[in-house]
Amino acid sequence: MSEHHYHDASNVVNPEHAEHHIVTPLQYSYVYGGLIIGTIITVLAADINLGVFNPIVALAIACTKAVIVILFFMHVKYQSNLIKVTVGAGFFTFIVLVTMSLVDYMSRAWGLW
Amino acid sequence: MSAATISSNTILSLPDQRTASMPKRHYINNEDGMLSWLLTGDHKRIAMLYLFSITFFFFIGGAFAGLIRLELLTPQPDLVASDTYNKFFTMHGIIMIFLFLVPSVPATLGNFLIPIMIGAKDLAFPKINLLSWYLYLIGGTFTLAALVLGGVDTGWTFTTPLSTHYLNTHVITAATAIFVAGFASIFTGLNFIVTIHRMRAPGMTWFRLPLFVWSNYAASILMVLGTPVLAIAIVLVALERLIGIGVFDPTKGGDPLLFQHLFWFYSHPAVYIMILPGMGVISEVISTFSRKRVFGYSAVAFSSVAIAVFGFFVWAHHMFIMGVSNYSALVFSLLTMLVAVPSAIKIFNWAFTLQKGSITFETPMIYAFGFMGLFTIGGLTGVFLGALGMDIHLTETYFIVAHFHYVMVGGMLMAFLAGIHFWWPKMTGRMYSEPLSKLSAVISFIGFNLTFMPQFILGYLGMPRRYHAYPAEFQVLNVLSTAGATVLGVGFTLPLLYLAWSLKYGEIAGNNPWQATGLEWQIQSPPLTENFTEVPVIDYEAYDYERLERKHANEVTTVG
Amino acid sequence: MANTIAAAHEHEATASHGHDDHHVSLPQHRHHFETQEQQREAGSFGMWLFLLTEIMFFGGMFFAYLLYRNWYYDAFVTSSNQLSVPLGAVNTVILISSGFFMALAVWAAEVRKKKQLVRYLILTTIFGLAFLGVKTVEYKEKWEKHHIPGASFDVHEFINPAIDAKTGKAEQRPLAPDMAQKTQVFFFLYFAMTGMHALHMIIGLGLLGWLIYRAQRGDFTDGYVAPIENFGLYWHFVDIVWLFLFPLLYLINRHPLQ
Repeated sequence: MSEHHYHDASNVVNPEHAEHHIVTPLQYSYVYGGLIIGTIITVLAADINLGVFNPIVALAIACTKAVIVILFFMHVKYQSNLIKVTVGAGFFTFIVLVTMSLVDYMSRAWGLW
Repeated sequence: MSAATISSNTILSLPDQRTASMPKRHYINNEDGMLSWLLTGDHKRIAMLYLFSITFFFFIGGAFAGLIRLELLTPQPDLVASDTYNKFFTMHGIIMIFLFLVPSVPATLGNFLIPIMIGAKDLAFPKINLLSWYLYLIGGTFTLAALVLGGVDTGWTFTTPLSTHYLNTHVITAATAIFVAGFASIFTGLNFIVTIHRMRAPGMTWFRLPLFVWSNYAASILMVLGTPVLAIAIVLVALERLIGIGVFDPTKGGDPLLFQHLFWFYSHPAVYIMILPGMGVISEVISTFSRKRVFGYSAVAFSSVAIAVFGFFVWAHHMFIMGVSNYSALVFSLLTMLVAVPSAIKIFNWAFTLQKGSITFETPMIYAFGFMGLFTIGGLTGVFLGALGMDIHLTETYFIVAHFHYVMVGGMLMAFLAGIHFWWPKMTGRMYSEPLSKLSAVISFIGFNLTFMPQFILGYLGMPRRYHAYPAEFQVLNVLSTAGATVLGVGFTLPLLYLAWSLKYGEIAGNNPWQATGLEWQIQSPPLTENFTEVPVIDYEAYDYERLERKHANEVTTVG
Repeated sequence: MANTIAAAHEHEATASHGHDDHHVSLPQHRHHFETQEQQREAGSFGMWLFLLTEIMFFGGMFFAYLLYRNWYYDAFVTSSNQLSVPLGAVNTVILISSGFFMALAVWAAEVRKKKQLVRYLILTTIFGLAFLGVKTVEYKEKWEKHHIPGASFDVHEFINPAIDAKTGKAEQRPLAPDMAQKTQVFFFLYFAMTGMHALHMIIGLGLLGWLIYRAQRGDFTDGYVAPIENFGLYWHFVDIVWLFLFPLLYLINRHPLQ
């Protein structure tokens, strides 16, 4: 029965498997509070003149909020590596689209970009 | 079937089919009636539905190819007017690419075989699989509607601002068709990825999967990540036509090249969506008919994934002459060369698989040999086109047309036919006429080269694509090409006839007419609706012909 | 245990009880999955792959935004300041709340509390509708101010901005006429991106109605939570899109005069 070891129908020995984790309402409340605070900071930070750092701060907060939603509301923190890699692959491909296209646009007009 | 010449190296001989009998119950006769097919969740039935529909569209697309070649028989524009000609090649492109090549191997052979190859009862989402077929049909209907209503003449690339401002044809209808058919493709890919990850039988580890599964997996990644970008590009074109938004309109501040970036971000990976599953078929066929494990299994497996990943980094090589910056052209040209590496890995590994194998020349193997030669030519001319200087000379000429057809028809279509001939006995339980099918394979090969080899020369001499007239000195080569297209037409029609004939009158195939090792060959043909009577347990590598021989020897003593 | 599943597909209702004590056989268990667990994980993986396609679908528009924002920065700043930040911020909070209740609904389904599940789903719906309501108000304002791209689009106030009565200065920096035309690009992207987002919300609300109906029947509180979970993923994804849309569209530069 050496093949028994390989049987992963219920994905017990499989790195692609994760137990069904239940996030409690209390944890959700913390996340909710964090997101609301993030929104308030976003609006307040936009009113301070930070020059070129304004969009950077705004995007950094948005990314943080998105990561929090993905990790907790969408349970990715408790998911298998497979799901984590899948999420990463999506954002990676988007980054490829953006950077590789920008290579063209930025080098079309050096210095003017 | 002719008894193959058996060398001393041969591990197995092909079985005697006179004793084979058709199983009483299988997926085709399991349920009766039209509705049982139209509402089926069975991956094998959906594969057959797809097979019929893509064959239908293949012959429509082929008819347009015939009309194009007929017009180009003479230098004068004498058969059709220029805008009718534009509609011909647009329809040929849209139908062949979106309705034939993209779904060809994945939706038919992939649908049929992937669950069986990994030892599952069905794909993970049977209903989504069926939905995919209906979306395909809706896409096909819209395409036919665009055709019947008066055609569309943008070319299959929908280049802006031509498609948004200068044409009064049914662009939106065709765009809808591609949008919807794109979702059919996304759902197929999604289903495959989930199935391959989640539904493998006990013991079926990643490196025991047949290479056909690997290559379909890689193509599925491209379908899921690439197709939505095409969808949004198409939506924006439609919005620009409908309500005059200016995202691609230079007069309003938009950038027409943005469309090209988005379009080719999908459409370059799309050629790998088309070719990768074909490469999977070739791996199976070459291994089976040389009775050897595929040389460098993991290299071939990873080269599929590498092609998929590199595929996302090279799209701008379609835009070298369209105004992208010289620097980015340099980068994309360099990256394009990289794709040649995994493709070459595959070709070399297949060649090494053949070395010292016990090669027999059954029909699928003849197609596979055709694939290897033609794909190599197509791939190498691709390197020409990826080189910046050459590309500026050759792009928008018949050289591109020839290159693309060498990869897609010479490569993909040959692989599709190899696969259909290889798994036909499994899908239908019957054999086709071996001499006829070998003849048609040879006819296709000759016809194909006659059609497209002259086009390389024409393109190099400077004949531009997409014109219905040309200088008189190009006529000889064009006549050769049209003659070749006629031969090719015969080569593609023959399989339709003898395969249809074999459905009723073909010899009973038996479970494993090729003595192949795949899981699909260890079950009855045609398979049961549930595929397996008991869940298979896999404790062996793929392509293990010696194990098959041992099993074979045991069976002879027990089966009366 | 591995091989006892062999016969299960024949009579799944009876056989599947025998081979696995940890999993209760539910009517929603499809025959081609060996275990409930396998079906659940396949479903959520499939949903994630679908969300990948959504990322790339919106990704095309986000890239168009990035490009034109850099090309026509002044026009983007001026037209961005035409949007109401308070409305946008309120809408962000509304949408986050809707997502919060969706998360709670998933929890309620997991711990099998039917009444709470229905209640949270309804709250999710109400906040979703509220978001669309605020969006309608904003769209209506754009209509009145002729900020909808097309024939009636008016660039007049971007070239000659209104004068603030107190300071006697222009409320915002005037744009050159050709740059003023580019405000249309901003508004087109605004409508395309928020419109596509709203379309996803409308589809989601439709699905919510169906889920509430089924939740009331008790479909999701006997251990079969996959539809609630997978819909939750979709709903949170739509939230995330808005989390980026808000700063990118409303808060490009709040200090155009400095």
